[in-house]
Amino acid sequence: MATATTTIARKRSALTRGQLPSYAPWAVVAAAVILAAAIMALVGFNALGWGVLSAVLFTIGLVTWSAAAEGSRKAKDKLATCLVVGSFLIAVLPLVSVVWIVLVNGLPGLVTPGFLGTSMNGISGLQDNTSVNTGSRVLGGIYHSLMGTLLITLWATVISVPIGLLTSVYLVEYGNDRALARAIRFFVDVMTGIPSIVAGLFAAALFAAISGPGTKTGFVAAVALSVLMIPVVVRSSEEMLKIVPNELREAAYALGVRKWRTILKVVIPTAISGIASGVTLAIARVIGETAPILVTAGFATKINMDVFSGWMSSLPTFIYTQILNPTSPANPGPSVQRAWAAALVLIIMVMLLNLGARLVARFFAPKTGR
Amino acid sequence: MSKRIDVKDLNVYYGKFLAVEGVNINIDARSVTAFIGPSGCGKSTFLRTLNRMHEVLPGARVEGEVLLDGDNLYAQGVDPVTVRSQIGMVFQRPNPFPTMSIRDNVLAGVKLNNRRISKSDADALVEKSLQGANLWNEVKDRLNKPGSGLSGGQQQRLCIARAIAVQPDVILMDEPCSALDPISTLAVEDLINELKENYTVVIVTHNMQQAARVSDKTAFFNIAGAGKPGKLIEYADTQTIFSNPSVKATEDYVSGRFG
Repeated sequence: MATATTTIARKRSALTRGQLPSYAPWAVVAAAVILAAAIMALVGFNALGWGVLSAVLFTIGLVTWSAAAEGSRKAKDKLATCLVVGSFLIAVLPLVSVVWIVLVNGLPGLVTPGFLGTSMNGISGLQDNTSVNTGSRVLGGIYHSLMGTLLITLWATVISVPIGLLTSVYLVEYGNDRALARAIRFFVDVMTGIPSIVAGLFAAALFAAISGPGTKTGFVAAVALSVLMIPVVVRSSEEMLKIVPNELREAAYALGVRKWRTILKVVIPTAISGIASGVTLAIARVIGETAPILVTAGFATKINMDVFSGWMSSLPTFIYTQILNPTSPANPGPSVQRAWAAALVLIIMVMLLNLGARLVARFFAPKTGR
Repeated sequence: MSKRIDVKDLNVYYGKFLAVEGVNINIDARSVTAFIGPSGCGKSTFLRTLNRMHEVLPGARVEGEVLLDGDNLYAQGVDPVTVRSQIGMVFQRPNPFPTMSIRDNVLAGVKLNNRRISKSDADALVEKSLQGANLWNEVKDRLNKPGSGLSGGQQQRLCIARAIAVQPDVILMDEPCSALDPISTLAVEDLINELKENYTVVIVTHNMQQAARVSDKTAFFNIAGAGKPGKLIEYADTQTIFSNPSVKATEDYVSGRFG
């Protein structure tokens, strides 16, 4: 019995079209960079122009080549990819450059011994002039401002979180789109947009009415910051409470659990990871505020751990005063160095807070696994 | 333990919309009663009025009486929370609490109400409830693992265990098997057969074979048209409803001619 075999004649597949070789993007990059360098050499070289021109030439080159070799659909795809990646690079550039500049300018001050552990108490133009003239290390530090920032932010959090969380519980669980709930939502939105200096003036005026004009303490600053923080906490917690499935509430009700217990023991624990990270981000939002602290807590050079009396310094106001009124007007160098180092510390704190928010979210997230 | 339910002239409204009209039904203790009918005919709504769960939705209200062993659930001064602790409910989709372990899910009714319970009592309650829900053998080695890690059918049986752990008189089930595969469905149906020795079970189902398999009595609900209220058409022994119904609409429905 003969076996019939069919041999299909080899031909070009009808399913494929022309393709760019895999080295194509690298070749175009190389060509674009060289060409851009040549053009820049003619008109006068600068790095930024070179980068931008290279990117533009790369896009044109790759898209044209792709259109010729692969057809218009692939070319459009390449063009869109180039635009998306380009936008991403533009967006990330300022961020990287801020971190880089603060790192470069702040590190020398930060590694100076005693910078984190001493205050500016007793540091005057005299010491700064000496350290510039003799080349000895810059004296003075940010201990008082660091403690001020931590204490003021802590008190602001203590004030804002209960108010914000309870407000969002009202909005989600009891509000039912009533007129009061709608009004609260509207005013929270308005509060999100008020300039921070207005919050500072509000707190200053409030405490001027309560305990006499010119009352400047850390607590007044904390009240000012909590005015800024509450709307953020309300908004983020509201979103988190909203996404708790209604089925869980019904499950609890069906077991004969009262509404307040359901909220306390089912709804909030289910949403706690989102609420905690929202609170952390709200803290990160207010920790760098300058203007409201300047008008409510003043600025100090001594360590003051009592938020209820006396002026207090914080990192942003420390940076502000060091830059604007250098300790030694003749030699602002040491003050500038301290300001940059304080800025670096502030950025590190905000980064740690964001990192903490992620850890908190992961720690509290509903457990999975078998 | 189990109690009977008698409903007299019950109308259910959502705001001004009359959703269910004129229901009269007597549900025996220690029996399984199935509610069948086309989608949107009000059987789930009616089921939820039996433990006042419909009140969770804003604007829902009822007229008429629901008597639990003669006590009207809708009398003045009745606390819906007390009603719900005596009439438990299992929902369409399994909904174990995601933040709790299997053990804590079973104990949820006790713990969420902050009732004190000794560890040995708690252990006994967990074992009894999980055995009552036919789940003990599958989970006894991982009681401290999260409940959301179980399969859909196991989660639903966990929800049943959670419902019977508060020792209710009546268990309402709102399409408990519609999200489950056939094997899990079989497990839950077997469980319903065992539950009726101690509890009054009321079950809403879209699956007529299921109603025929598990229930002693069947109630057929129907709706005249969109926007009209749902009504109880016929209520009789399951045998009668499926083999010799007295109303034409019931016959059409159970023989698959519509719905």
